[in-house]
Amino acid sequence: MSDPVCAIELRGITKRFGEVVANDGIDLQLNRGEILSLLGENGSGKTTLMNMLSGIYFPDEGQIFVNGQPVSIRSPRDAFAHGIGMIHQHYKLVDVFTATENIVLGLEEGGKLDVRAAGAKVRDICERYGFDIDPAQKIYDMSVSQKQTVEIVKVLYRGAEILILDEPTAVLTPQETDKLFDVLRAMKADGKAIVIITHKLHEVMALSDKVAVLRKGKYIGTVNTAETNPQALTDMMVGHAVTLNIHRPRYENPAPRLEVRNLTCLDGEGVKKLSGVSFTAMGGEILGVAGIAGSGQRELLEAISGLYPAAEGEIIYTPEGRDPSDLVGKTPMQIKKAGVAMAFVPEDRLGMGLVGSMGMTGNMMLRSWRKGKGVFVNRRDPNALAMEIWKELEVVTPSTEFPVRRMSGGNVQKVLVGREIASAPSVLMTAYAVRGLDINTSYTIYNLLTEQKMKGVAVIYVGEDLDVLLELCDRILVLCGGQVSGVVDARAATKEQIGLLMTRLGGKEGA
Amino acid sequence: MNHEKRTPLIRLAKREGLEGWKVWCIRCGSILLALLLGALVMGLTGANPVTAYGTMISGALGKKSAIRQTVKIAVPLLGCALAIAPCFKMRFWNIGAEGQITAGAVAASYFALFWADRLPSPVLLIVMGIAGAVAGGVWALIPAFFKAKWNTNETLFTLMMNYIIIGVVRWLQGGPWEGRKGSQIIPQFDSAACLPRVLGVHCGWIIVLVLVVFMHVYMNHTKHGYEIAVIGDSVNTARYAGMNVGRVMMRTMFLSGAISGVVGFIVASGANNTLYDGVAGGVGFTSITVAWLSQLNAFAMVGISAMLAVLSKGAETLQTRMAVPTSISDIITGILLFCMLGCEFFINYRLIFRKNSHKEAAKS
Repeated sequence: MSDPVCAIELRGITKRFGEVVANDGIDLQLNRGEILSLLGENGSGKTTLMNMLSGIYFPDEGQIFVNGQPVSIRSPRDAFAHGIGMIHQHYKLVDVFTATENIVLGLEEGGKLDVRAAGAKVRDICERYGFDIDPAQKIYDMSVSQKQTVEIVKVLYRGAEILILDEPTAVLTPQETDKLFDVLRAMKADGKAIVIITHKLHEVMALSDKVAVLRKGKYIGTVNTAETNPQALTDMMVGHAVTLNIHRPRYENPAPRLEVRNLTCLDGEGVKKLSGVSFTAMGGEILGVAGIAGSGQRELLEAISGLYPAAEGEIIYTPEGRDPSDLVGKTPMQIKKAGVAMAFVPEDRLGMGLVGSMGMTGNMMLRSWRKGKGVFVNRRDPNALAMEIWKELEVVTPSTEFPVRRMSGGNVQKVLVGREIASAPSVLMTAYAVRGLDINTSYTIYNLLTEQKMKGVAVIYVGEDLDVLLELCDRILVLCGGQVSGVVDARAATKEQIGLLMTRLGGKEGA
Repeated sequence: MNHEKRTPLIRLAKREGLEGWKVWCIRCGSILLALLLGALVMGLTGANPVTAYGTMISGALGKKSAIRQTVKIAVPLLGCALAIAPCFKMRFWNIGAEGQITAGAVAASYFALFWADRLPSPVLLIVMGIAGAVAGGVWALIPAFFKAKWNTNETLFTLMMNYIIIGVVRWLQGGPWEGRKGSQIIPQFDSAACLPRVLGVHCGWIIVLVLVVFMHVYMNHTKHGYEIAVIGDSVNTARYAGMNVGRVMMRTMFLSGAISGVVGFIVASGANNTLYDGVAGGVGFTSITVAWLSQLNAFAMVGISAMLAVLSKGAETLQTRMAVPTSISDIITGILLFCMLGCEFFINYRLIFRKNSHKEAAKS
């Protein structure tokens, strides 16, 4: 009770999972009206720590104080009772319910459920903080950012005073991120305490008041954002100084590898997802693809790999020393065999490209299972490959048979990207390859891509972070609403220029 | 006060990487617990639990003839569990094994009834087996086709297919295949159409044991098995890897139905020597339990199906010798299944009890 503004205090929190110490004697303090960024590499224990605050795990040792009182949080319900609400990385919503129904779901209030009154209260909360959702809209009709908004309103509806957000911006566009940050600032002004888990240093700098850093389950320290800078924070996280520059050599004589001409794709409802897309990807070059989420990036990669039907246009593929051929109309298998690899990291990381219940070996087999004659699968070569990736990319896993679903996000991505690179493709496509990854791992992946480029591979890199796109790529293709709004030289272009192209304000005005 | 409320009385923690022997200790412990609970139930009905268990064991395994009976019960259970395993691995909920068995039995019976005098016995039996496999396969292929084409619900579809084929058998029984007019019974097969005996039991047991090895290899070491595992985990990933999901689905269901169909042939030709509407006798459903309990492991299925057969045969003996109603044995079977399925929970989670606060205080 000594400090009335202290919203949350953790003292000596320890949590073990078997042999692994996920959190080791962590102390943390957060006041009302403050935003705290929780920073740390993958597996440093950020999510575990917050899960103990929200009642999902129970600490093995240590004490949690809320408003100065020692409390015991045994379940998410207890957490709500103490005014703690967590917005998880993976949303927990019922698709066929409306926003309001999801928000009141699980609340035990006496009497009949009054959806109208609940709806009014939801609307009230939305107005207060500037949320933009329709309480009567069904979840399946919502965009990712709207779903996230529902999750936030859900915890506010339950009277949360302390909000925890686990990597909230990983799936948002820059514009949506800005909107979220405005809302968070409004909540902070309202006296709420907010913890945000993130990897993106510029967000930390832009939003938070304090930054707490964890490293390998240990608490390193808390600094005031105003008194620090990204380099200092990175050093704290990693434990040693790292350079934040990407090495970008030039490949001698790039040759056209993939020529997309006038590609148009329709979705099931006949809506144009891509319209008249034309560009050339060169061997020995990283071609960046920028654009607001949902501008056709996914469809473009899927169309090239044969998973999305092309309504019009052609994709001319010229492997080194062979004749060009059109990929449109070929099956995914044929395209894969021809040497076009795709490493698509979807929002849920596992959904496409990996088999969660299998280990690394089983996942390596996804590329090679059809190889060899006869009915039997060859496990030996995939296992050797798994061992190699395990070592080279420093994947943290007890064995090559350990299910990838139980690995942490960054390790899962290493397995996926590592496998695609190992197939020695002549076109390598990656989408969101560093999504949610910590800095060290991200750089490992950038280096891998550059290595491939120097081998003469045509790399297509779909990314979110414009700073990275500008540092990593040779040229950047900008998509806007399924059309190409421009191709720029990454060495000469600026962030503003690309930002304008992404919204079409710079070039020719869209129809 | 606060201190005492600090930790919940019991909490759960997920555990990983429990040693193999401990896992088996828990599993054996659960069976022991089930037997104890069962003893309690028997005690309540006035029977002496020890003699009752003794009767069950001796009734199922005591004499050679008893063992033969038990094996006879285990064979279709095992065969059918093997059949549905690949579907379940693929997360295709085929609960129509009952119908697939019946379809196989119908096709095999056709040859048994109308071709017995035209073909030599070995050829006839092989033809019957093939006919059973094809009929069971086709019966399973229909729901798979609709699922692959229009994404229909396979659970409902396969279930409905059961009733259709059982209806067909009733019609055959009362109509075209009826033996003596008005008997509503299909005549016994010619001896040429009955499976020969090996060690006193129809040779179906050899067929299913071969199937055990086949299924183990198929699921774990073949390309087909790998495809099935990937599709079961994520259809999107399977598509990404270039698998034709619909085709694999139909192929796997055909295989599953074909094995069920062979089981139908074994039951009709080996065990019943005729066809009637209860030819599958619930095996298609009980085998789901067998498949789950053995976690789709082909070798474990041998043990589980044998255990269920012992229980079922033992219960029969219990009823005849000690006049314990069969419902009691059903209860015991239920308790056993409950304990065995429940123990998986303790294998995956451990309970942490709150430490006694006095002890804690004394320590510090």
